[in-house]
Amino acid sequence: MRAFRPLWLPLAVLLALALLPAVLSPYLVDLTVKILISAIFALSLQLLVGATGLVSLGHAAFLGIGAYVAVLASPQGEGASLWWLLPAAMAGAAAYALFVGALSLRTRGVYFIMVTLAFAQMAYFVFHDTRLGGGSDGIYLYVRPVLRLGDTPLLDLEDKRQVYGLVVASLAFTWGLLALLLRSRFGHALQGIRVNEARMRAVGFRTYGYKLAAFVIAGALAGLAGALLAIQDGVVNPELLSWHESGAVLLMIILGGLGPLRGAIVGAVAFTLLKELFASEGLVGPLAAHWQMTLGLTIIAFVALLPRGIVGLRLPLRRATA
Amino acid sequence: MDATTFLVQCLNAVQYGLLLFLVASGLTLIFGIMGVINLAHGSFYMIGAYLAFALAPYFVGQFLPMLLAGTLLAALFGFVLEWVFFSFLYRREHLQQVLMTYALILVFEESRSLLLGNDVHGVQPPAWLAGSIALGELMSYPVYRLFASAACLVVAALLYLVVHRTRLGMMVRAGASNREMVRGLGIDVRLLYRGVFAAGVALAALAGMIAAPMSSVYPGMGGSVLIVSFVIVVIGGIGSITGALIASLLVGVVDTFGKVFFPALSGIGIYLLMAVVLVWRPEGLMRRGH
Repeated sequence: MRAFRPLWLPLAVLLALALLPAVLSPYLVDLTVKILISAIFALSLQLLVGATGLVSLGHAAFLGIGAYVAVLASPQGEGASLWWLLPAAMAGAAAYALFVGALSLRTRGVYFIMVTLAFAQMAYFVFHDTRLGGGSDGIYLYVRPVLRLGDTPLLDLEDKRQVYGLVVASLAFTWGLLALLLRSRFGHALQGIRVNEARMRAVGFRTYGYKLAAFVIAGALAGLAGALLAIQDGVVNPELLSWHESGAVLLMIILGGLGPLRGAIVGAVAFTLLKELFASEGLVGPLAAHWQMTLGLTIIAFVALLPRGIVGLRLPLRRATA
Repeated sequence: MDATTFLVQCLNAVQYGLLLFLVASGLTLIFGIMGVINLAHGSFYMIGAYLAFALAPYFVGQFLPMLLAGTLLAALFGFVLEWVFFSFLYRREHLQQVLMTYALILVFEESRSLLLGNDVHGVQPPAWLAGSIALGELMSYPVYRLFASAACLVVAALLYLVVHRTRLGMMVRAGASNREMVRGLGIDVRLLYRGVFAAGVALAALAGMIAAPMSSVYPGMGGSVLIVSFVIVVIGGIGSITGALIASLLVGVVDTFGKVFFPALSGIGIYLLMAVVLVWRPEGLMRRGH
């Protein structure tokens, strides 16, 4: 019983998401896509921070590399095939994650935070200072990729609603993969490492390998989010890899709640909506020009009042009913 | 590269490194003693530069008093800030503090925009530091940069004396190596934290004020300094002032000469340096077993 209880909620959410574009305006469809991509990105980081206890402040590097690979690997003038474009973006991000993880997992705690940050900055400067990806101006994706089975086109990503479908499917894939992973022996080992790494090593786990595997998987999933972002926006620039992005995604999962997968999604929704709300002139009037102030003060209020994130809010209720 | 150019680049490297040291030393103390990952530290540098711009009309011809006044203001600001925004966070997870400092960056940037606008400003160096010294036949070196290096050296020496030769410094060092023990010995840790935080803010703001006449004063100037300071703290070893000094100079040299020899890849140099140091010593240069 218990094992199946949490399943109905994600499925209901997924169904609702799939039906949403029918009732939303194009602006809201775009906003929802933005939120869902953030959710994939935040989920990938939750595997590191929430499950394994590895706080990375350089996760945007993998998002950016995924996005750049998606654009650079697309041929000029015709749409790339999605069958290999998404895996290529994930592989590119995973390759850099393997390099970064192998070095940075030698350190721990605050050092790990700073080392991941520094490697992300390194990637940022590679794209910012060299002509590889158009320098600081970024690079455009002129023709969006296509999905064909034989000669039959399945998806036309010039159509925003179909991008939406692709993003929902990717979110479902990411959620499903992570949920399965966390229930597997591998996932339990990761959670053991978070609680007490020395003990895990003492009972015979090679914790370095487990952490590295988690780091690479998280990097690959962030690369997926990056590729989707490139397809959605049609443009990629180095700011995707900047530490502001790494900070923002970390904020999302802290805001939502560390640990449970739904914390990442709730956080991504809350953070993106708050930002959009405070910056939209129609809703908050002249305050919109000062969104940084309102967003900053709101986050401070969240920190002061919600020590366990938004999903922590439900805890007292559940205890009362249990 | 001839000898004069080399000398000029060396002077630049040392000057940049010393300026970074002022920012990084505060950061490393706040890290080491309070365990706070202070993303807002770059903002204090930015605030310092804008302080220099805002205070300049009130201190015409009195540059040193202005630096002193600005530093005191910043220290007071840091004291109050720790009181209001951080004092209730120490029992929580570290990540909560990261969230708080990130929010503070947003608030600071917006306040700066509201109070002083988004324009790029320049600050004139004082008249007695305005000229240049001739080096050889062709090159010259601005006096103000020499003054900046000297001022940073004086502050670094003062900091060294306070940390290594006074009772207060003893508490700070003890706090950096074993927080619980310091609390157990009956030292008022809350006040110590507040003081360290205020000192860190004052140092970063002083660096910003000294830097203002050399670089322009512009929005977002804190971000790049913040990341470089993190690199310095990690290379030097968290909580170590000496480590921060060595690392600052290393970073100054690598960055300055990187720009000369490998202009296309100069941004990457210091991160490579950090990677190499961490592979060699995962806890930084000066961190002894912990």
